[in-house]
Amino acid sequence: MLGLSRKDTGFLIAVICLTLATPIFLQPFPETSSLAQFNAGYPDLMQRFAIYGIFVMGFNILFGLTGYLSFGHAAFLGVGSYSVVWMYKLLDYNVLPGLVLAVIMSGIFALFIGFVSLRRSGIYFSILTLAFAQMSYNLAYSVFTPLTNGETGLQVYLNDPQVLMSEGAPTSPHLFGLVMNESAKVAVGDWIFTFNVGYYFTAIIAILVFYLSLRIFRSPFGMILRAIKTNRNRLNYAGINTKPYMLTAFVISGMYAGLAGGLLAAMDPLTGAQRMQWTASGEVVLMAILGGAGTMMGPILGAGFIKYFENIFSKINESVLHQWFGWMPDGVQDFVIGVVSPFVGEGWHLTLGLLFMVVVIFLPGGIVQGALLVVGMFRRRNGHDGPKKQESASSAAQPAE
Amino acid sequence: MSTTEKNIVLHVDDVHKTFGGLHALADIDLQIEEGKTHAIIGPNGAGKSTLLNVVVGRLSPTRGAVVFNGEVLTGKAPHQINQLGIARVFQTPEIFPDLSVLQNVMAPAFAKRDGSFKLNFLSSLERQTDIRDEAEHILHDVGLYERRNTHAGALSRGDKRRMELAMCLIQHPRLLLLDEPTAGMSRHDTNTTIALLQKIKERGMTKIIIEHDMHVVFSLADRISVLAGGRIIAEGEPEEVRSNPKVQEAYLGGAHL
Amino acid sequence: MDAIILQILNGLDKGSAYALIALGLTLIFGTLGVVNFAHGALFMIGAFCAVTVQKLVTLSFEEVDPTRTDFLGNPLKVQMPYVDALFGPSAGEFLINWSVPLAIVLAIPVMLVVGITMERGLIKHFYKRPHAEQILVTFGLAIVLQEIVRYFFGANPIPTGAPSAFAGPMDIGAILGFTPGTVIYPYWRFVYFIFSAIVIGGVFAFLQFTTFGMVVRAGMNDRETVGLLGINIDRRFTIMFGIAAVVAGMAGVMYAPILSPNFHMGMDFLVLSFVVVVVGGMGSLPGAVAAGFLLGILQSFASMNEVKSLIPGIDQVIIYLVAIIVLLTRPRGLMGRRGVMEE
Ligand SMILES: Nc1ncnc2c1ncn2[C@@H]1O[C@H](COP(=O)(O)OP(=O)(O)OP(=O)(O)O)[C@@H](O)[C@H]1O
Ligand SMILES: [Mg+2]
Repeated sequence: MLGLSRKDTGFLIAVICLTLATPIFLQPFPETSSLAQFNAGYPDLMQRFAIYGIFVMGFNILFGLTGYLSFGHAAFLGVGSYSVVWMYKLLDYNVLPGLVLAVIMSGIFALFIGFVSLRRSGIYFSILTLAFAQMSYNLAYSVFTPLTNGETGLQVYLNDPQVLMSEGAPTSPHLFGLVMNESAKVAVGDWIFTFNVGYYFTAIIAILVFYLSLRIFRSPFGMILRAIKTNRNRLNYAGINTKPYMLTAFVISGMYAGLAGGLLAAMDPLTGAQRMQWTASGEVVLMAILGGAGTMMGPILGAGFIKYFENIFSKINESVLHQWFGWMPDGVQDFVIGVVSPFVGEGWHLTLGLLFMVVVIFLPGGIVQGALLVVGMFRRRNGHDGPKKQESASSAAQPAE
Repeated sequence: MSTTEKNIVLHVDDVHKTFGGLHALADIDLQIEEGKTHAIIGPNGAGKSTLLNVVVGRLSPTRGAVVFNGEVLTGKAPHQINQLGIARVFQTPEIFPDLSVLQNVMAPAFAKRDGSFKLNFLSSLERQTDIRDEAEHILHDVGLYERRNTHAGALSRGDKRRMELAMCLIQHPRLLLLDEPTAGMSRHDTNTTIALLQKIKERGMTKIIIEHDMHVVFSLADRISVLAGGRIIAEGEPEEVRSNPKVQEAYLGGAHL
Repeated sequence: MDAIILQILNGLDKGSAYALIALGLTLIFGTLGVVNFAHGALFMIGAFCAVTVQKLVTLSFEEVDPTRTDFLGNPLKVQMPYVDALFGPSAGEFLINWSVPLAIVLAIPVMLVVGITMERGLIKHFYKRPHAEQILVTFGLAIVLQEIVRYFFGANPIPTGAPSAFAGPMDIGAILGFTPGTVIYPYWRFVYFIFSAIVIGGVFAFLQFTTFGMVVRAGMNDRETVGLLGINIDRRFTIMFGIAAVVAGMAGVMYAPILSPNFHMGMDFLVLSFVVVVVGGMGSLPGAVAAGFLLGILQSFASMNEVKSLIPGIDQVIIYLVAIIVLLTRPRGLMGRRGVMEE
């Protein structure tokens, strides 16, 4: 179906169902329980899951398939955000023109940056992309202030033209009148579920681009990108011109990033240059690695994982810890809190850094590889054959997971 | 075309290649006749692989040119040279270790069918039945059909070499370059490969083959060039070359022959 | 002319820092073949050694000074540094004033320990792994190190003063015979330049004139052959890593008066230093140093108002622009060797 194998169709349907049901299953704890703080089913966070999912999916097409490590993808994220806010300023708060522009602009940027950067490989490629992104970041703060509004960040002002704005039209981002930050709250017993327009909008886009990714992964194009990863030269001697393949992959992944950036501004109608900083580029690398670069689902899981724990961990402070460990005897309690507190709240980045190191050291294949190992151990214990690492499934398109 | 007039497919015209002060190739003049198997032999470091590198565009010659069917290859990119119909098996197997054996063989087939680039990111690999069938067929020929779904990186050296041969054969090249195609293979596999190469020869594919194994050379070659110290020291029919004293000398008193 | 000299001088201190960090990066890359994204963190740790020493020597207790009174006529409570109490006021004063240079004494052992621990504990296991994984694991380590520093020292920059003798500006214009007052340059920056020149010279001399250095240089060219000679190259490389860490740390200590240390300064410098290394040519020590100074000076020229009005924003992008141009025209950088980090 849809140009996918039966297995992939099942996979896609599962992803669609999970995505659409996210507001429910990310809200497992009733409002009244003390565990409610671990719920993640609120609009802002779910939107970020979907948006960063898109960002990392695109990054994965480049890094996961070809192995080219870009340290500058945040530039495209920023371009996307600026495009959307500009369309708010010039036309009105409808997100659609902005998103179209975001994809086009980031595509153009990626075409240029990719064309130049791809003339080198390995660490030189990484440095070139980093250089371009840092240049964009610095310029956004200086010369391009008329376009970016510098440190203040770009936002909509009352005296902006907004030529399409009509009387009574929404004054926040919307899709033909469907306002993004509107939600329906449904209470079921002690559980409260929030169904948010913005989330469903981003989720549907995420599903569409996930489908596109899946097609790319399973296409001859995807296979050639994988071949580039391990032996680019051999492809050249086999008659394939690897340059346009790389450039296409780079542009597609840049457009994904631009779309994600655009969606960030579609949820919250302002943006700033810090979105282009290299730390943001580093974050997407982290997501991909943590989940498992080169697999379909891994990077998306990585993005969800990081965004979720960022949210939870940064909320935990001393008083929450006291609440948790209140049952312990005083001395022990102070000790435990003393040990835990550097890793939570402000210290979330420390946890992230450690986690990142642990993954790279022990599980270079990321969460997905870890899961496969666990499944393999479990199967062997039950007398089944472990997954045969060397043998892939019988179809020509080898499964990514 | 009369029977006496030769149809030259590849002309290596006065090629020199130096690395720093080292003359890896000097005054190389070579004409390869259509449909023939031309063997290049010579001691280690003679410049045999360097010669193939010049032909496929991995190295550019310091002087001279390579002409293939009237087209000058020198200055062209490797993928362009391949697109003209030249495929090569490398001395150390060059493969895609992360892909399955079948995919390794399919990749070059796309280059043959679609040209050096095609924006095919929406088509499905599974639906390329024509290419897959052909790849399976050729894997059958080289004896790797049973292992088609194995990760190529896990193959033995000899199997990698056979797979690389399949990667070349699927392109039906006009000229096939083989750099020690049987090195690392068992006697049995060597014989299978010889049989396979003989079969291809019947189909009229032109080949250049570099080999140290004289059994292979004399089973296949129509003509032999002997390379030593970057120069061609002898050339001719197998029997002529075998009895040439210069060649005997180059091969340490004929121990190999 | 004086304007040009001023810009060159202005570029020197940043250039010195780039050169010192890039030198260490190159040493590590050249010897161990590891791309170390945590090298900026070592620079940052150095700077915080200066902060620590400054904190230590200014640790105070409260004391009532009977000789002075506040405006209500009560005896005045003053902060009495322990060092004053221990060594007497003049020695105490001296320690506080010279805390930054003194911090080098602390930084050397600290950086050696940090560097060698890092190499033995982590980097060692990544020699044979792909460069991408080396980048990623050291990137993770850099985050960890900077977050640890943030935990202890907070997120705000901590002003760290130069010794008062070097605190003011010097009138280089007058020294060179221009109109006095045209080329004003802070003393400490000059000190920094001299200091880094000495360190760089020291590293080169060490590599050039000691047997240890000779072996290391040979190892940089051809690790296997040296290994075959039965020389334990690994141990020497570990020590080289320690030395690179010390160089980065000292660069950080001395930079503290120029830029108030903050926890993310390492990353900021690292990104630029990597660009420097690549421009200089991956694996080339003279290249790293030359490119460091070159880019520092170029950046300072680009910040001149005359230049900025001609090409707006050039000061923000000059380094990256140069990097891009160099990489595209000279793939191996200015002085890179063949075959380093190439396919
Ligand atoms: N890229 C290169 N740079 C420098 N020298 C090279 C290069 N390639 C080959 N050489 C040198 O050129 C000479 C010829 O090498 P070549 O690989 O062509 O020999 P060969 O005849 O294929 O030997 P063998 O039978 O061992 O494969 C050798 O001395 C080799 O060291
Ligand atoms: Mg050879």
